[in-house]
Amino acid sequence: MKLTLKIWRQTGPTENGSFESHVLDDVSEDSSFLEMLDQLNEQLLKQGNEPIAFDHDCREGICGTCSLTINGYAHGPENSTTTCQLHMRKFNDGETVTIEPFRAKAFPVVRDLIVDRSAFDRIIQSGGFISVRTGSAPDGNSIPISKVDADKAMDAAACIGCGACVASCKNASAMLFTSAKAAHLNLLPQGQAEKDARVLNMVSTMDDSGFGNCRNYGECSAACPKDISLDYIAKLNRDHAKAKIKEIFS
Amino acid sequence: MNLDPQIPDGPIADKWDNHRFSSKLVNPANKRKYRIIVVGSGLAGGAAAATLGELGYQVDCFCYQDTPRRAHSIAAQGGINAAKNYQNDGDSIHRLFYDTVKGGDFRSREANVYRLAQNSTNIIDQCVAQGVPFAREYGGLLANRSFGGAQVSRTFYARGQTGQQLLLGAYSALSRQIASGQVQMHTRHEMLDLVKVDGHAKGIITRNLVTGSTDAWTADAVLICTGGYGNVYYLSTNAAGCNVTATYRAHRRGAGFANPCFTQIHPTCIPVAGDHQSKLTLMSESLRNDGRVWVPLDGKNCDKNPNDIAEELRDYFLERKYPSFGNLAPRDISSRSAKEACDESRGVGPGGRGVYLDFADSISRLGESAIRERYGNLFQMYERITGENAYKRPMRIYPAIHYTMGGLWVDYNLQSSVPGCFVLGEANFSDHGANRLGASALMQGLSDGYFVIPYTVGNYLASTGAGTISPDGPEVKEVLESVKERTSQLLSISGKKSARSYHKELGQIMWEYAGMARNATGLQKAIGEIQDLRDHFQKNLLVPGTGDRLNVELERAGRVRDFIDFGELLCRDALERNESCGGHFREEYQTKEGEATRDDENFAHAAVWEYKGEGKTPVRHKEELQYENVKLAVRSYK
Repeated sequence: MKLTLKIWRQTGPTENGSFESHVLDDVSEDSSFLEMLDQLNEQLLKQGNEPIAFDHDCREGICGTCSLTINGYAHGPENSTTTCQLHMRKFNDGETVTIEPFRAKAFPVVRDLIVDRSAFDRIIQSGGFISVRTGSAPDGNSIPISKVDADKAMDAAACIGCGACVASCKNASAMLFTSAKAAHLNLLPQGQAEKDARVLNMVSTMDDSGFGNCRNYGECSAACPKDISLDYIAKLNRDHAKAKIKEIFS
Repeated sequence: MNLDPQIPDGPIADKWDNHRFSSKLVNPANKRKYRIIVVGSGLAGGAAAATLGELGYQVDCFCYQDTPRRAHSIAAQGGINAAKNYQNDGDSIHRLFYDTVKGGDFRSREANVYRLAQNSTNIIDQCVAQGVPFAREYGGLLANRSFGGAQVSRTFYARGQTGQQLLLGAYSALSRQIASGQVQMHTRHEMLDLVKVDGHAKGIITRNLVTGSTDAWTADAVLICTGGYGNVYYLSTNAAGCNVTATYRAHRRGAGFANPCFTQIHPTCIPVAGDHQSKLTLMSESLRNDGRVWVPLDGKNCDKNPNDIAEELRDYFLERKYPSFGNLAPRDISSRSAKEACDESRGVGPGGRGVYLDFADSISRLGESAIRERYGNLFQMYERITGENAYKRPMRIYPAIHYTMGGLWVDYNLQSSVPGCFVLGEANFSDHGANRLGASALMQGLSDGYFVIPYTVGNYLASTGAGTISPDGPEVKEVLESVKERTSQLLSISGKKSARSYHKELGQIMWEYAGMARNATGLQKAIGEIQDLRDHFQKNLLVPGTGDRLNVELERAGRVRDFIDFGELLCRDALERNESCGGHFREEYQTKEGEATRDDENFAHAAVWEYKGEGKTPVRHKEELQYENVKLAVRSYK
């Protein structure tokens, strides 16, 4: 198939970017979206141009590195799919495809389609862990955890930290990410000791990083390649309110 | 080259205890005087950096990804083994040890494997305490499954994403240390060389992948945890960024490289669809529990719709050749049989490199809903990639490079042949011999990182004393300059061919001659072709742009250059190992029935390669492997 690609180019975080158009012939419908970009980059090299920089790694939908907004959708229009798992048979011959970086104030552009998502790491560093010394753990079966709770924690833990939730939210809120990370630990008995501090600190880091507020639009969950549920946002709000009240009365 | 394995005395079950007791300790108040560099942030590197930070050492951790949570450990699907014996089905530390040594086709080091089996139980406890959401039974206790042909259920799992969940556990522990300031995290940094002072590893050179800045970092010890080299084949199940540069650069600085020819091929991957292909996707081996593998009896029928090929015109070749194991024959055997069928022009799909994995019988026996429940996500993934519905038409599968057992040589302390340079996880060679069992890679990475290195690196540091050298010292400067020189050399070739196209060509040579089956003639040919490829690369490579900013093509060029040299080393190792064992199958060494013939008399050793300089032939050394606790036996799956 033949495609016209409108691609965002930007040399650095402080430079102005703009769209560049390229025509690409002979795209196999069996290619993944990233393989199509590989093909474009080989073509650009042959023409003496610099290839387009984009993030990618595992190319099997689990590492969360790839991060494109395709035709206005984070990771493209398919549901439950990362960009690397999106295949060209979902596009039509002759189509114009628009490719942009994930856009959010808290995700500055590094170059072209690569953005800096280190704000997510800072949220985790502020409380997304259970403080346990290596070697000090009790036997794994010493605390039974009901299958229902374990499954709910697992549903939350499935988040791959790609940032599609932020990119698809018109407020660029990171609530889906933060709530999934907090819920994974808060749902488990091991996570109870630090629960209140965890939610207070993670939310405060999230706010300080420049993410916007959540207005329950739900775009985040719709764009999420791992289908993380909005219920976790409700849970985070509850846990946060409880922790705040305890803080006031303690 | 000093290849003393430093195996502690005493009975195998007491070795690790004795060793921990006799190891020197660093006084808690002195730990902060030591700096440790950790390269890589996967299960091995992430666990090591977190644990060493927690102990009080000052740690610098480096990864090429944008965050430590994305290391390729994340992609492991199946699970992690541990000798907990929660199922009361006869498992024990000794059995896990025995299975791992036997599964490794008797080419691993007994003492290391025993320690791995011992640590396996602590790993599960540690991960549960961190909040890893392992699968549970209704009573709330941990669930297990049997995996990779094991006769006991010892595999712990978190849906089909055990690797991700374990990595998130290690990453959360690491994040806690980063927040406390014990670990400095350096993301988007790639290690490009190892710095030695007076023979000891004292630092590394990195390139900041965003700014292009080339910098020296010094420390009292260097830990290399950078994974395997499967991408030397270009197409593999590894992440696109996985590379051999860190380990190969350390090798050039004196670290012996052991058994590079031991590579594992996974039988159930989605076949190559065309020239655009950049990676191969693995589908869980569990599919073979309900799928039947076949090809048409006659190559003329390969292009027909498989559903129109009558039963009597099909060859269920695994069931025919291995009646007792059938479709569940081990990874290496299943893979080779698929290759043989395709070599006989009976392969299916694009390029004739694929075999059918057919669920029709299971669907008619159990119903489509039962199959959907078991493998729904895999069928969905298959459809996304191939556009085919595997409920209606047999899947097409083909083997792909998946894991590499070889790696930098290490002693019992995980120290390479360069003192002060330790190697953890897939990057080292010690635990899996010639073939790795399923669900053992995650176990090894975490055992090395959480439970082995804190003791052994402490012992090393206590005997050398603190005293990080200045990054401005002459030895450091010299290495830094050589790295800069190499980068500008890559940029200055100004040819016409991209690094990716060289990588593809290298991959084709490797897969053709050093893939599932190898022979001396082919390997010699491969070495010649790789040397020609290197010459061509040096004259015709094209890297656009400059080195002082983000430049993906420059990164790739450096990695491909190391893959070319390393590919030659792998072929040499395969050529010298005149036997078939585990993932290394030499066509000259097989029985009449096509089974691998191992040569314990001449090859019960690890082959350790010493770098001799650019363009010089490397030298092969040996570490003889002693089997005192497991009797050498022939693997048979008939």
